[in-house]
Amino acid sequence: MAKKKTEQKAWPEKWHEVNPGCMVFAAGNAANTKTGSWKSQRPVWDNAKCIKCGICYIFCPEACIQDTQDGFYEANLDYCKGCGICAHECWPGAIVMREEEE
Amino acid sequence: MGKRVGMEVAIAAAEAVALCNIDVAAVYPITPQSHIAEHMADIVHDGRIDAEFITVESEHSAISACAGASAAGARAYTATSSQGLMLMHEILPIVSAMRLPVCMANANRAVSGPLNIWNDHSDIMPQRDSGWICLFTENGQEVIDLSIMSFKIAEDPEVMLPCVVNIDGFQLTHMIEPFELPSQAEVAKFLPPRKPFAQLHPDNPISMGCFAMPDTYAETVKAKDVALRGAKKVVTRVFADWAKRFGRKYNVVETYKAKDADTLMLTMGSMGETASAAVDEMRKAGRKVGLVKLRLWRPFPVEEFKAAVAGCKTLIVMDRALSTGGAGGPVATDVKSVLYGEKKKPRVLNVIAGLGGRDLAVRDFENMFDLASKKKDETFEFYGVRE
Repeated sequence: MAKKKTEQKAWPEKWHEVNPGCMVFAAGNAANTKTGSWKSQRPVWDNAKCIKCGICYIFCPEACIQDTQDGFYEANLDYCKGCGICAHECWPGAIVMREEEE
Repeated sequence: MGKRVGMEVAIAAAEAVALCNIDVAAVYPITPQSHIAEHMADIVHDGRIDAEFITVESEHSAISACAGASAAGARAYTATSSQGLMLMHEILPIVSAMRLPVCMANANRAVSGPLNIWNDHSDIMPQRDSGWICLFTENGQEVIDLSIMSFKIAEDPEVMLPCVVNIDGFQLTHMIEPFELPSQAEVAKFLPPRKPFAQLHPDNPISMGCFAMPDTYAETVKAKDVALRGAKKVVTRVFADWAKRFGRKYNVVETYKAKDADTLMLTMGSMGETASAAVDEMRKAGRKVGLVKLRLWRPFPVEEFKAAVAGCKTLIVMDRALSTGGAGGPVATDVKSVLYGEKKKPRVLNVIAGLGGRDLAVRDFENMFDLASKKKDETFEFYGVRE
């Protein structure tokens, strides 16, 4: 069953194409999976209220919130699942969740 | 040739594993396996082998440590029994799914409750579908030989699956027997250092034990099953290689006086020796009885088993475990499924005996034979249960 790594397909179509032990040799490809398409709401920042405390950055379970050059924060919507934790934790109330259709 | 020594079988199991140049042993002691754990710790402590002995906090940790070590390319070993094996249960299919050739000794013991430390096979039977190669031993010499061979089988590039060697608790583990211990040089020639197919290393990152969606999972299960079935070929090959080097022959299915037998008894593990003596006794009385012993339990040696029972009219399966609420003992139910499609098949009778360490003497096998022979249907029967 043990095939050479170079012979293996990136994604198995048939059972005999499955890598031994389902090993994935192309490590570090998690960033290719964009999870942002799942969200129904997105976080929107009001920088007038933001005190740059970084609570949203710390609490984001997807690690998709990054600080901008001027010290404020924004979410990378490719990876934001719209869970709303940032808005819930933002005590100055600078983040609101807005429906995707709006 | 090796040196002829006399020692306790559990100690011998640890000595045999020490000859295999292991890198990691993660063992949690549990009766009746403890002597393996203790002696393994002694061997590592005395610096006799260059290995890491991890004093883990439970069997769940022991098998997890072995999985991690094996993924990093180490030759890993563990040993357990009964409730310990049950605690490992969650990790067992993961080790086989990740194709990590971890080797384990299981000192077979009854499962609680009620609490019982003596021998039967009710600990390994719930684990039989976890994808491990499963071997059964009959005496001390087999424990040594199969312990060493298990590494060679498990690490074969065609197999890459974990392997468990079953040693009947107390009946074997605490028996002092004479046997031949191969020399370090002979074992080194037989078992070269492990060459992992892939290993975890920071310079070449890979992922093991990944996530599979419904569209991939079934394919991975099939791949694992095919790999495990294919392992039988390698087991046979390694047995043949061992016979050539050390002169002791093993088969996946052993038979004893079975050629002209009308009735065959089927056993696994240490029961086989007593059953052989019972066959001799019954042959003296003119009864055409023979014995079939399953050495390889998973993958099930379907063809070899069918060939072994081809000529007989009745097959009496002596099970040392019960599938509670099921169709009988696990071995008998397996055997029946294997024979189901056959046109000409023996009547399969099933006797459950020797549970929780209840002694089985030669006379008991003769009694079981009589009990089964009287049966009209193919249901199972308890032997020796007071009514």
